[in-house]
This record gives sequence, C-alpha cells and structure tokens, in this order.
Amino acid sequence: MPAKPTRRGGEQSMVPRAEFQSYYGRPVIKPPTWKTPDVPAYFFLGGLAGASSAMATLAEIGGRPRLVRIGTLAAGLGAAGGTAALIHDLGRPERFLNMLRVFKPTSPLSMGSWLLASFGTLSGAAAASTVTGLLPRAGTAARAGAAVLSPVMMTYTAVLVADTAVPIWHDGHRELPFVFAGGSLTSGGGLGMVCAPPKDSGPARAMAVAGAGLELVAEQRMSSRLGMVAEPYHRGRSGRWMRAGKLLTAAGALGTLAARRSRVASVASGAALLAGALCTRFGVFDAGMVSAKDPKYTVVPQRHSHDHEH
Amino acid sequence: MTNQLYGPVDDVAAQAGHADDHPPRVGFLTDTSVCIGCKACEVACKEWNLVPEDGMDLLGSSYDNTGDLGANTWRHVAFIEQAAPRRELVDLGMPGKGPPGHVAEGLPDAPPGGQQTEQSDRDVRWLMMSDVCKHCTHAACLDVCPTGSLFRTEFGTVVVQEDICNGCGYCVPACPYGVLDVRPEDGRVWKCTLCYDRLSDGMEPACAKACPTDSIQFGPLDELRERGAQRVRELHEAGVEEARLYGEDPNDGVGGDGAFFLLLDEPEVYGLPPDPVVTTRDLPSMWKHAAAAGATAAAAVIAAFVGTRR
Ligand code: SF4
Ligand code: SF4
Repeated sequence: MPAKPTRRGGEQSMVPRAEFQSYYGRPVIKPPTWKTPDVPAYFFLGGLAGASSAMATLAEIGGRPRLVRIGTLAAGLGAAGGTAALIHDLGRPERFLNMLRVFKPTSPLSMGSWLLASFGTLSGAAAASTVTGLLPRAGTAARAGAAVLSPVMMTYTAVLVADTAVPIWHDGHRELPFVFAGGSLTSGGGLGMVCAPPKDSGPARAMAVAGAGLELVAEQRMSSRLGMVAEPYHRGRSGRWMRAGKLLTAAGALGTLAARRSRVASVASGAALLAGALCTRFGVFDAGMVSAKDPKYTVVPQRHSHDHEH
Repeated sequence: MTNQLYGPVDDVAAQAGHADDHPPRVGFLTDTSVCIGCKACEVACKEWNLVPEDGMDLLGSSYDNTGDLGANTWRHVAFIEQAAPRRELVDLGMPGKGPPGHVAEGLPDAPPGGQQTEQSDRDVRWLMMSDVCKHCTHAACLDVCPTGSLFRTEFGTVVVQEDICNGCGYCVPACPYGVLDVRPEDGRVWKCTLCYDRLSDGMEPACAKACPTDSIQFGPLDELRERGAQRVRELHEAGVEEARLYGEDPNDGVGGDGAFFLLLDEPEVYGLPPDPVVTTRDLPSMWKHAAAAGATAAAAVIAAFVGTRR
C-alpha cells in the first residue's frame, strides 16, 4: 500500500501545533552541501582573526606589545586556517581561484573571497614581519590595513548563511551578524586572556565581556523573534551546541572577574570563551541543516504569509 | 547594467546584458491536469543530457522512485494518491486513440468514480506532476554564485557553466525550490539547462518533445502565460475548481518563474514551497545589519582599550 503524502503536526512545542502538508515528508529545499567541521571552523577562524587583528592594531596604538604580538599572529594564522578550511570544502578545490574570477556584489561568498584574500594577505604579511622582525614599518602598515577590514571579517559570514533559503538562517538575518560579531569578540578576547599574563590582558578581558553580552542578547532576541522557526536552536544536537555555547560564554565572561589576578583563571576563562564561540558556530551551522531538512520550517511560515498577505 | 533584486522584470535577458535583438524569453508550462505519470520526460532528459543514473531504489512513495530533483534528476515526476469525494468524470481534453489528427469525442464508457477507497463515497484521486528547475526571474542560485558559473542565457533561462563551477555549493541552499545539488563523484553542481544546446539549434527541450499528453508545453513565456490562464478558465468551467497556476505571477517572491505549473492542489502537496521568496531580496538589509554589527564590534574593541587602565 503506497504511503500517502504526510499531513502531520509539529512536535510538542511552545507554539501552536503547526498543521502542514508535504510531499512524503521530504524537504522542500536542499540542505547545504557544506561539510563540518570545515565550514563552522571557517566561520570561527574568520571571526577570531578579525577580532585579533583589531586588537593588535589598537594595542599598538595603546603601547601594549604583548597583545600586538598575540593579535597579529592570531590574525595571520586564523585567516590562513580559515582559507584552508574554505578551500578544503570546495567540490573542486583546484578551482579555488575561480572565486576571484568575478567581483559580484550580489554574492556574499564573492565579496567574502575578496575580503579574505585582502585580509589574509595583509594579516599574513603583518604576522610574517612580527615573526621575522623584518620590515617592521611595512608590518605595522599591513596590520593597520587588516584592522580596517576586521569589522567585516567579524560579521560577513552571518550574511553568507543568511543569504540562503534556509529558514532559520535567512529569517535571522537581522540578529545573526550581531551573534557572530559577539562571538568574534569573545574569541579574540579569550585568546588574549589565554596567551597574555593578566596584567597585560585588560583590554582582552573587556573585549570578551562586551562580546559575550552582545552574543547572548542578540541570540535571545533572534530566538524570540523567529518563534517556531528557531526550534532547532533549542532542540536536538544543534540545541545542545547552542546551550553549550551560551554556558561556556557566560562562564568565561564571569571568569574574567577572577582572571584579573590569577593566570590560571585567565587561561581557563579565556579557553571557555574560545570554546563557547566555537560551539555557537557549530550550533548555528547544525541548526541550519535541521531547518533545511524538515519541510515544516519552509512550509508553515510560507503558508502563513501566503494566506495572510495575498 | 542594473541589477534589480526583486519585483517584476520586463526583460531578464536585457537586464543580464544581452543585446536587444536577443530571442524572446522561453519557458515551460507544466499542466499537471493531463500528466499521466509516464516519466517519458525524466527518461528523455537523462538520455539527451547524458545525466548519470542515480541508483535504483524503491522509495515507498507511490510510483515515485526518483524522489526529488537534484544533480542527477532534472525532471522529476511526483505521484500523490488522495482520497477525494466521488464526483462526475470530467473531460480533461486528453489525446485519444485513433489515427493522427483524430480527436476523441467525449469520455469512454467508464464507471462513475475511479479506484475505490474504504469509504464508499470517496475515490482515489491521482495527482502527478513533472517538476523541473523554475528558471526564476530572480534566480537566487545565480545571484549568490561567486564564480559566475551560473548565468542568464539570451533565452532568459538559468544555466550552470560546468567548466567554471568550483563546487562551492552556495547555490544549493540558496534555491528556494531545492533544485540544485552537487554530484558527489564530480564535485560540481548540475541542473536543468532548459536544453540550452537544443534551443540554440531551434529545437524544443527533450522533455517537452517526449511528453505524450502535452502536459509539458514549451514556448515563449508570454504565450505560455496566456495559455495557462485560458486552461485554468476552461477547467473551472468544467467544474475542476481546484485548478490553479503556480509560479506564473511576475509579482510573486521570485518575480515569476520561467517554468510554471498548473496544479490541482496546494503547492506543498507536490513538494513545492507555497510562497517562495528570492533570498537576495533581503541582501541590502543583511549588509546593513552586518555593518551595524561590525561597527558595534569595532566600537567595543576601541572602548576596551580606551577604558582599561594599566
Ligand atoms: S528554481 Fe532554483 S535552480 Fe532554478 S533558477 Fe530558480 S533558484 Fe535557480
Ligand atoms: S557550486 Fe558552482 S554553480 Fe553553485 S554557486 Fe558555487 S560555483 Fe556557482
């Protein structure tokens, strides 16, 4: 007996039961073919590199050589690692340079590739100069150039995922850049706390606390605005990633209080902040997969807009 | 060359930069009311385009053992079995038996109703639909492609250039209809080309050519839209009130589909999104929020250094 097209309700949830129809429960849209850990790692490393580069340049202005060094190296390595992850994720890695074949404002990945190429070159040059001690002036200029691009490095991957048909990503396009900016700040600050002694890492702690606040508030607002579409942020594996991200970020932010005096506390809370930012990126990525694979998240909101706006 | 992200577009080929003497925009009208589920379109497409086989599975979804559109399926025939209230048979204008040119008059002798269900007043109603890439006016796949591999042809259709695609996979979750996918053994994405090679030689696409009932009609889009509206009027007059067009409206979320449909139930029953919107409609808002988030992050880093005493 052939199965009938499913007509089923949502699982138990806070929102009213969502009755909807689908074709044998099949997804309406295709889930991304992006691989994990490549792509969430690329998001994390890009954000870390961005925040670190901003930290390095401001530390240079403020005369904090330890943070200059840490930030410069992290920016260079983060950008290189992120680029490697991105290339590894391609179906045809040998054609990576096709990314720079056109300059296409409607494609966040085209814009992102140009950004990554520029930022990676500048931060790589700054890191090379820091390691070798050669051409210090050019190194400083490269560091400053990278810092100018850093705000976009911290946020553009949010645009990248939001510019898809995946409901939980697309519908969250207003808050996601703030979530990612917050996570970038906590990871950059966290790295400073891990690598520098407490007396030098004051600004890193302040960055981390600001980032944690930004991330947690933006995440909360996104979840409440999206309603049932945000379910994957609270359930299953993606929900566990998000919860772990929140807990680690909050714990790391609280830990900054003790981190002023204790090197151990500084390393521990810095590590928690880094882990928290990483977990949130994995959570957002996983939640997108769930959101794409369950036709409920595509059909229910569209049925609603179709019935109410036409 | 203007790049409009949303709303009706008079001439998609001209917008994409094709010279004024380009051919008219073409497309498909897939009239599901006369589809008999023979899958000739699926086969003809595979044969002509040398699309590899994608496994022999029994999916348990009526006669549909193909499942969905993807890298190796560019036409997909959906089968839906429903229990519907018994009603008088309606002449849908199917081609009849007889010598060429002969038109069958009226309906053959058939018992009232069709296949029985458990309830005596309800019969099985079969819905069959041959799905395909919609060749959207605002094609999200094309907008987000970072390499320029996806492009708009002079016929107004949307085609992947396989020698350029690097398999980044961005187009896959961007398509609001779940049409594209990566071919794993090959690493690149593949989809319906609306038989670009045949069009260039003045031939109609293979699926339309093979369709024995003219369920798939090929032609200039303006003409198809008129034909579709006319066909809906006829069906309504014949008492098929559930007949409706899907994707023909230039004011819909994707600016209208180049390949649109005549359906006999809600779109989601066939696995189609009820109210698709091209994701790039919101791209300006995404970048605006990313800019605000980036500025917030930059301000947070500056404040972290300015506000931290040594
Ligand atoms: S249906 Fe999907 S693959 Fe086809 S043109 Fe539209 S967005 Fe692109
Ligand atoms: S997978 Fe190929 S066609 Fe799709 S967006 Fe990437 S480069 Fe373009």
